[in-house]
Amino acid sequence: MIEISNLHKSYRMGANTLHVLKGINFSVADGELVSIMGSSGSGKSTLLNILGMLDEADEGSYVLDGVTIKNLSEKQAAKYRNKFLGFIFQSFNLIGYKSALDNVALPLYYQGHSRSERMDRAMSYLEKVGLADWAGHLPNELSGGQKQRVAIARALASDPKVLLADEPTGALDTKTSYEVMDLIQEINDEGRTILVVTHEHDIAQMTKRIVHLKDGVIIEDTKVSQVRAFENV
Amino acid sequence: MFDLDRWNEIFETIRKNKLRTFLTGLSVASGIFILVVLLGIGEGMRNGISREFEQDASNLIFVWPGVTSKEYKGLNPGRRIQLKNDDYNRILLENSDKLDKTSSTYQVWSSVVSYGKESGSYRMDGVFPDYQYLENMSLTAGRFINNNDVEHVEKSIVIGYQVKKDLFREEDPIGKYVELSGINFKVVGVFTDPGGEREEARVVIPITTAQKALGGSNNIGRLYLTLKPEDNFEAAVAASTAFSEDLGEFLRERHTIAPDDNRAININNTLEHAKRFYGLMDMIRLFFWGVGVCTIIAGVVGVSNIMLIIVKERTREIGIRKALGAQPLSIVGMILHESIFVTAIAGFIGLIFSLTLLEFIGPAIETQFIYNPTVNFTVALNTVFILVLAGALAGFFPAWRAARIKPIIALRDE
Repeated sequence: MIEISNLHKSYRMGANTLHVLKGINFSVADGELVSIMGSSGSGKSTLLNILGMLDEADEGSYVLDGVTIKNLSEKQAAKYRNKFLGFIFQSFNLIGYKSALDNVALPLYYQGHSRSERMDRAMSYLEKVGLADWAGHLPNELSGGQKQRVAIARALASDPKVLLADEPTGALDTKTSYEVMDLIQEINDEGRTILVVTHEHDIAQMTKRIVHLKDGVIIEDTKVSQVRAFENV
Repeated sequence: MFDLDRWNEIFETIRKNKLRTFLTGLSVASGIFILVVLLGIGEGMRNGISREFEQDASNLIFVWPGVTSKEYKGLNPGRRIQLKNDDYNRILLENSDKLDKTSSTYQVWSSVVSYGKESGSYRMDGVFPDYQYLENMSLTAGRFINNNDVEHVEKSIVIGYQVKKDLFREEDPIGKYVELSGINFKVVGVFTDPGGEREEARVVIPITTAQKALGGSNNIGRLYLTLKPEDNFEAAVAASTAFSEDLGEFLRERHTIAPDDNRAININNTLEHAKRFYGLMDMIRLFFWGVGVCTIIAGVVGVSNIMLIIVKERTREIGIRKALGAQPLSIVGMILHESIFVTAIAGFIGLIFSLTLLEFIGPAIETQFIYNPTVNFTVALNTVFILVLAGALAGFFPAWRAARIKPIIALRDE
């Protein structure tokens, strides 16, 4: 599903150049649930942003579902993001003035579906994350866990190939974190490829594979026996 | 543009951001409102001034002689010019096709008029019948001097309302005799004058009688002339100005006065005064336009500021939308669509309010100098379009910039 080789990325900070990714080689197969771990500054978020086409690599190749992602125009990038990827953010990034349902329906709007279809599909994803009763509520009327579940529904709405989650539990307490991870595991069980960036070991243990990043290189890449989140709730 | 979903998006955004929308709208609506009201008042002032001139002053040309101020053809300056009946008759003869109402007058500035025991000192004018129209007099009783009075040198007298009050009090003066310079005159009428008390403390007799009985011989004091009406104001001013010049030239030549000696022959052309007033009005209108345009510019700056703030405020949202697959053009479109929609609606609201105000309050304004304030609808409409366009342009650049920000940076924006 994802093939990257020799990925480099550096940022210019004034006069200095900060080399964040120093040759990443990494591939993810269909249906995997991978966690990317590392301390802050290890480059894990940068890697995720490049995978999410929110940022561009300086060097190296990135192939997503057989499509080479390189030198994309804004328009192309937007199209691929919409088609291939679903994002889950640490800070949820819901649109504050839109109801939960409308937030979930937004990717479908950009896919060009009719309004009634958008609403139907958005509703079914809200049901899937258990928030059908909260469809009409605004994000600030929801708890953190509920917000993140709305965000997951939104990420799923466009039926993407890969879900990218950047610290999805970073702003949540342990119990809520596990509930969210339980949902992520369920979605993975249905066969969807998911990448989770985290710095929490217990969260990483709930995935099927842990990739350790340190100073811009992968130092460890191991399959783990998955801990089911609901057992810990 | 006619994408229903886009409209839904916009209505939703507007509904959820009422204050922001209201502020944008307010700055646009008030800009248009102020401009239209200013233009309306400007037009109203113009109408008011026109009306003043239409009512009172008509197109009177008024000639009175003075003293020469320049040496000419061997004649010394300081010579007093005396107009004669001949001058008047020649002017009538040569310009019969142009002239409408005419009268020469002979006046005695202070003459004693008495009735019984009462007497007073009044200005006396010897006039032709047209004088009534030239001076805008109206009669409260009796008649004015007529052609028969002039032809037969009748001793008829028309007295001003003030004179009637002084001499006759409550008594009916018509048919009574008053004494003027030792001669008995029969009162045939009483007049009032829009000029008020001062103008009504006068008596009027036939010019022939005045010249014969009061030592005027064939001297005349003043000339009052009006021209036949023209189709429009500009033509009337042009004709009036040309005629005044010809008249001056004619009289100067007849009395051997230097052609550039304006003090020997004074010609007062009321229409030219009116024109000067109109010139002033045009300046005032220009000023109003200036103020109005500045208001619009302030409105545009206001809209631009708000658009900048909106884009800044929505940077994160733009980032989210881009992460979800929004294309740059759709972001720009969304922001512009909203701004155009809001400015257009607000602009029309401002327009409607101001037009309503002018329509209903306008006719109620009871000021001498403002009458029927109106505004050219096309001009007002164009202003709205300009403002909408400016608002769109002002919104475009920040929107374009926002749409080009990498989503990762937009998402980081707090």
